[in-house]
Amino acid sequence: MEFLTPPPIRRLNGTESEVSKPTWQDAIGHPNGNGTSNGNSNGNGPRGSMFAGTRHRVTPATIAIDRMQVEALSVDYGRKRAVDSVSFPIRQGEVLALIGPSGCGKTTLLRSLNRLTELTKTASSQGRITLDGVDIATLEPTALRRRVTMVFQQPNPFPMSVFDNVAYVLREQASRRPKKRALQGAVEEALGRAGLLDEVRADLDHPALRLSGGQQQRLCIARALAANPEVLLLDEPCSALDPRSTQVIEELIVKLREDVAVVIVTHNLQQAFRVADYVAFMYLGELVEYASAPQLFSAPREQRTKDYVSGAFG
Amino acid sequence: MTSTTQAVAAAPLPPAAPRRDESSASWRLTDRLGLAFAWFLGVLFCVITAAIVLYLFVQGIRYLRPSLLVTNPTAGYSESQTGGFFDPLLDTVVIAVMSMAIAVPVGIAIAVWLSEFGRPAVLARVVESTIEMLAGTPSILLALFGTLLFEAPWLGFLSRTSGDVVFGRSFFAAAAMLSLLALPLVVSSVREGLQAIPSHVREASYAVGKTKSTTTRRVLLPAARPSVLTGSMLGLGRVIGDTAIVVLLLGNTLTNDPSGSVPILSALRGTGSTLTSYVYYNAPTGDGDQPGKAYAAAFVLLLMVLALNVGVDVVGRRGGELRWNS
Repeated sequence: MEFLTPPPIRRLNGTESEVSKPTWQDAIGHPNGNGTSNGNSNGNGPRGSMFAGTRHRVTPATIAIDRMQVEALSVDYGRKRAVDSVSFPIRQGEVLALIGPSGCGKTTLLRSLNRLTELTKTASSQGRITLDGVDIATLEPTALRRRVTMVFQQPNPFPMSVFDNVAYVLREQASRRPKKRALQGAVEEALGRAGLLDEVRADLDHPALRLSGGQQQRLCIARALAANPEVLLLDEPCSALDPRSTQVIEELIVKLREDVAVVIVTHNLQQAFRVADYVAFMYLGELVEYASAPQLFSAPREQRTKDYVSGAFG
Repeated sequence: MTSTTQAVAAAPLPPAAPRRDESSASWRLTDRLGLAFAWFLGVLFCVITAAIVLYLFVQGIRYLRPSLLVTNPTAGYSESQTGGFFDPLLDTVVIAVMSMAIAVPVGIAIAVWLSEFGRPAVLARVVESTIEMLAGTPSILLALFGTLLFEAPWLGFLSRTSGDVVFGRSFFAAAAMLSLLALPLVVSSVREGLQAIPSHVREASYAVGKTKSTTTRRVLLPAARPSVLTGSMLGLGRVIGDTAIVVLLLGNTLTNDPSGSVPILSALRGTGSTLTSYVYYNAPTGDGDQPGKAYAAAFVLLLMVLALNVGVDVVGRRGGELRWNS
């Protein structure tokens, strides 16, 4: 199969010319993990030392409950096909990462899951997505979006206090009830689940936009969790954050997977490797490969996946 | 983990590009002449404005007496006998409040509709150009239209009537037409404020199951509050500074002349004057020809407008503090 080969990923630091392949064997003891043909320098450059040590693969998931099922989903923007007949399951207990080059339809696919694509006038879709067995097209969008919440690329807390950002989600539409005091517990619980409570406990009344970028993003996660969703969608949640905040959020994602099905879109292969149990590789709207993370990174079935995860195109 | 943090912190920053103050010495002669001309015009403009303000300040301080603020205009032969401008000052405030009470809610509603809904698109475009046209309409045209409109029999309850004849001049009439002056400023400011909010902020609200109207009320309008305030203040400045509509539609009686017996309603159905029409009347070219009074009133008006400008500035600066990355 032939396809265009865009320039390879440019490394910002380090000497490696290719994406560093994390050390599987050390991390999860995957004996047959080194099935790729191209020899990668591994763990020697600064990049390697950064991620190989403490930042290893998470332990495999203990539970897996089917939450959503995407069946032959296609999405078009006008005449342009953005997602082409994609099928895969989304499970609670596992983190699913969508990877692929820019413009491959990852974000569109993610936005289809809570019907945010419908806000784009030109978008149309075929196929079926079910949530706990029910076709999401039959649900009210507002009800669906409380069960499938989303966190965006840019931290976007609302211009109100930290408390009100979470309380806004807990209240019915534009209502001002229940009152603040009645929501205290629920707000703190959501902030706690997002690992933010200890940092903001004293500043719940401060404007949310005064928090740091990483805290803002965790507030957005708290906001998304406050609705008590079954599925949490994350659209490149760390791409605007520094490495420290990224790490905090990655740890949080892994912690969350037990309670909620997590789907994360990421450009960052290391990130997908670090947090994901399953990885879906998309290219030009197609789902090229859907496999467990160890499988996809170390022994991809498709040549295109192999080329992408080894940095041949990006 | 610790090593990660340190590695990142220790990474050397790229050397800052050397900043040079650009000098025009190397420019071509025409460019330098152009720059000098632009510079000269800028300074000239400042000097003219400063001269006007300074002149009014000097004259104002010379003629303004505290007593002028609390006494009403009366008939007299010299400036010492004609009283102050309490009623015009009060009426300026009343007219401003009434006009803004119409212009702000309507303006916000139109701006929200244009920015967030805008369907059908054809209607949105028509409304948009109507607002633009309104912004460019001389106020005397609105005043003239107002005199026709408010003389209509079915609007008689808004002004003085005698028999079947409707006088058509009242606070209601003037405030209604003045609100049209403020409306375009409110609409464009609020609209800009709404459009400056990144779309992902709206989507973040939709993505937790909120409707469009909830999002607008609870997220977008609060976020656009500085723009709402700025637009309102700009509109207010326009309202208290306008003369034509007041002269034609407020009846141009120097003191308040109520109509009817219901306490507040009678005053609003009646006629009066504002600072602008007071200045117009007392200017050397006006009927009253009492320049001292005109300067004193103009000085008060100028102070009000300056205060508004400072307010716009403060609000605008504070609003820029907390923003998202787009």
